[in-house]
Amino acid sequence: MNPALIDELSARGVTRREFLKFCTVMAGVLALPVEAAAKIARALETVRRPPVIWLEFQSCTGCTETLLRANRPTVAELVLDVLSLNYSETIMAPAGTAAEKSLHDTIHEGGYITVVEGAIPTGDDGVYCCIGGRTALDILKEAAANTVAIITVGACAFYGGWPSTTPNPTGAKGVKDIISGVPIINLPGCPPNADNITATVVHYLTFKELPATDDLGRPLFAHGRRIHDNCERRGHFDAGEFVEAWGDEGHRKGWCLYKMGCKGPIAFMNCPTIRWNEGTSWPVGAGHGCIACGAPQFWENPAYEPVPIHLVTPSTTYPPVEPLEGMSPVTAGVIGAAVGVAAGVAGAVAVRQLTKKEE
Amino acid sequence: MAQRIVVDPITRIEGHLRIEAQVEDGRITNAWASSTAFRGIEIILRGRDPREAWLMAQRICGVCTTVHALASVRAVENALDIQIPDNARLVRNLIAGFQFVHDHMIHFYHLHALDWVDIVSALKADPDATAKLAQSISDWPNSSPDYFRTIKEKLNNFVRSGQLGIFANGYWGHSAYRLPPEANLLAVAHYLEALEWQRDIIRAHAILGAKNPHPQTYLVGGVAIAVDPDSESALNADKLAFLRRLAAKAKAFVEQVYIPDLLAVASFYKDEWGALGEGIGNFLACGEFPDRAGNLLFPAGIILNRDLSRVHPVDQQKIAEYVTHSWYQYSDGDGKGKHPWEGETMPNYTGPKPPYQYLDTDGKYTWMKAPRYEDKPMEVGPLARVLVAYASGQPRIKALVDGALKQLGIGPEALFSTLGRTAARGLETVVIAEQLTAWIGELAANMESGELRIHNGERWDPSTWPKEAKGYGFHDAPRGTLGHWIHIVDGKIANYQAVVPSTWNCSPRDPKGQPGPYEASLIGTPIADPAQPIEILRTIHSFDPCMACGVHILDASGREISRIHLNGGTCP
Repeated sequence: MNPALIDELSARGVTRREFLKFCTVMAGVLALPVEAAAKIARALETVRRPPVIWLEFQSCTGCTETLLRANRPTVAELVLDVLSLNYSETIMAPAGTAAEKSLHDTIHEGGYITVVEGAIPTGDDGVYCCIGGRTALDILKEAAANTVAIITVGACAFYGGWPSTTPNPTGAKGVKDIISGVPIINLPGCPPNADNITATVVHYLTFKELPATDDLGRPLFAHGRRIHDNCERRGHFDAGEFVEAWGDEGHRKGWCLYKMGCKGPIAFMNCPTIRWNEGTSWPVGAGHGCIACGAPQFWENPAYEPVPIHLVTPSTTYPPVEPLEGMSPVTAGVIGAAVGVAAGVAGAVAVRQLTKKEE
Repeated sequence: MAQRIVVDPITRIEGHLRIEAQVEDGRITNAWASSTAFRGIEIILRGRDPREAWLMAQRICGVCTTVHALASVRAVENALDIQIPDNARLVRNLIAGFQFVHDHMIHFYHLHALDWVDIVSALKADPDATAKLAQSISDWPNSSPDYFRTIKEKLNNFVRSGQLGIFANGYWGHSAYRLPPEANLLAVAHYLEALEWQRDIIRAHAILGAKNPHPQTYLVGGVAIAVDPDSESALNADKLAFLRRLAAKAKAFVEQVYIPDLLAVASFYKDEWGALGEGIGNFLACGEFPDRAGNLLFPAGIILNRDLSRVHPVDQQKIAEYVTHSWYQYSDGDGKGKHPWEGETMPNYTGPKPPYQYLDTDGKYTWMKAPRYEDKPMEVGPLARVLVAYASGQPRIKALVDGALKQLGIGPEALFSTLGRTAARGLETVVIAEQLTAWIGELAANMESGELRIHNGERWDPSTWPKEAKGYGFHDAPRGTLGHWIHIVDGKIANYQAVVPSTWNCSPRDPKGQPGPYEASLIGTPIADPAQPIEILRTIHSFDPCMACGVHILDASGREISRIHLNGGTCP
């Protein structure tokens, strides 16, 4: 490691060990090989911190709040050590013209990343969101013209979020429907998980490019897999064990929430693996269905009605879910192999029935 | 000579707020508060399932996360006459309680502190003297000279980097800053500590509510977090132990950091700011934190004209909203108020065409409506809650308020001020932080007795509902009295209306010309330098504004949104 960096880190109260640990964790979040940790460490050595402006439009500020929950790095590290957050109405010291100066100076200098939180109202010439007497539309266009990249945080900046839900009274839109010609990465969710924001920032700092995305511009590392496929309750779905009423025995035992309206089968997000608030919990884990908040137009889904399932291909060989008590593992394995085929068939039938009912 | 100053954006709040103030001879003689964004959730919620209204309503605000969810489920439960199980009451109290402690702390250190604390001055602090100061006001362990030396060095390095980020262009060195360098350094240290603390403490919301922001375990009829000591997928002894650790950590930080800092800062500002920024002198609290018998930890009540000898009862029927100066129109004219049941939300933007310099403050000038109680403007929030509790004789609040006044050597009249508002927020946090462990204990006792119910499902199925039902739900949220009103027809939302803390506090003028609390509180405030109006920030921040919450919100009219009319961009 660069000795100057060690001095710099120590001046910031960070030990070399802590720093390397952080880089390794980030490599893990980004699903990168272990060697990437060294590359991350090198990238973070840069002396000049990349300037960032965080714009808020038709927002609830939940996405800024989620950033405050970041722990790898923490928001204090992000703001003081990793980035130069030059504009954020929620936490910046200056107000009024002094705040506008911070924004204008950054835009004038260029080389900054723009983060957008909240939808942009386009109806009636944009009068539904004004800051400093200017419309959100105007401010976004000015910031986009000179930025190196835009990161949208949250469902609203992604596709318009709840303000754009039928009948969209203010003509609310997401950034991708307004701005073109600038790299845009979308971190949807209502709000997004802080770890996905920090992972995107660190990816960018490390590789000098935005992470690979799906066709909606969402990073694959966070939105590549279906919640239903990685859910801790999936085994109960496969076994036909469903919560039938809030607080019933199945609910207490952590059975599948599909029948209570869980949107896990149509949601692509990494909640089950990274969980929320430093890995403490996540909606399905806590007992309420997923609402697919990382998907476009997710508010159009009724929260408590089950979604149709189209892509289930049940295994024909899985072992029984609950081996009989007192049975030796060896015996259980042998019997399991024998009954597996039968259970698989039964499971497949159950799933088809479910699917049929919904269709 | 009169001068109009504009502060837009007001930063370190939630959302988009603009203040225009008239300054004459170094004092504010008139002021207007304008909320400059509108989303229109009202039209969106109409026709949806009332059971899921809380999910979207919660997203009115992510700083006040959970509060609209709670008011929403209470409104639906009121409409359908649903009683929730005791475990649901406790989980909700705990989620709301942790939200209060967390939210008030973030407000004090990260939104409000920089109005009183000069970061640049902290560079001149002596770490040894800072340690002495810290040890003289609190037993908090992070108080060694080395600790403050490290913080100072960190700050020095940050400033030397030349990239000041969120601290660039602050009003540093302003003559209104009164703290010595050591107090400023102490505050900087606690600004950073509080950032770490809040991240950990709010994991209580993840345990009880799956995540934060926007917990996801509310339900109409109870909560969706199962309770079962014998399951790893439910609230069990292990998770209660985790909650106990977080509650203890919350309480320790409140008692050993927040309150000592609050009183220390107040001691430097009390003479000036204990007599400025009062506002209107009417206070409304809807009460909060029911116990098993339904009694409230903070009582409901109204105080009029500063008179602490009488607490008036609250009657939701007496609330009405006006749009005389708001960018809306009423179908039968803008002069009359409407109770939330009859409320309408038809946007009618008549302001200047952007970009603009000034608003037409004689006409309509904000997206906030003007709520009134018996035609009187009301302040809501921590000060209202504390004054109502104090005047009602709530023993813990009475002891805390009297103790703080005594320590600062000031009388109860100083409560009616910018400083009083900021102090009340801290004092109520003490009471709530003390209560967290008690609620966790009640949950444990329920578990022990085999009481595991979390949800009353008798009316979960909409086929069990009457054809038509009306209800309302109140929650005395961190920023004050919050009410949701719902009208259900054929199992769907026909009308939904909310009257929100920041709508009360950021209200514009009504037809009688009575200003709202923000506006009234600024009148008479001295402005040392109109180019750096830090005094406006102090008073406005003392209310802890939340624009996303306040902007009106939910409609009861069923009408189509009207076309807006621009007035051609004239400036006064």
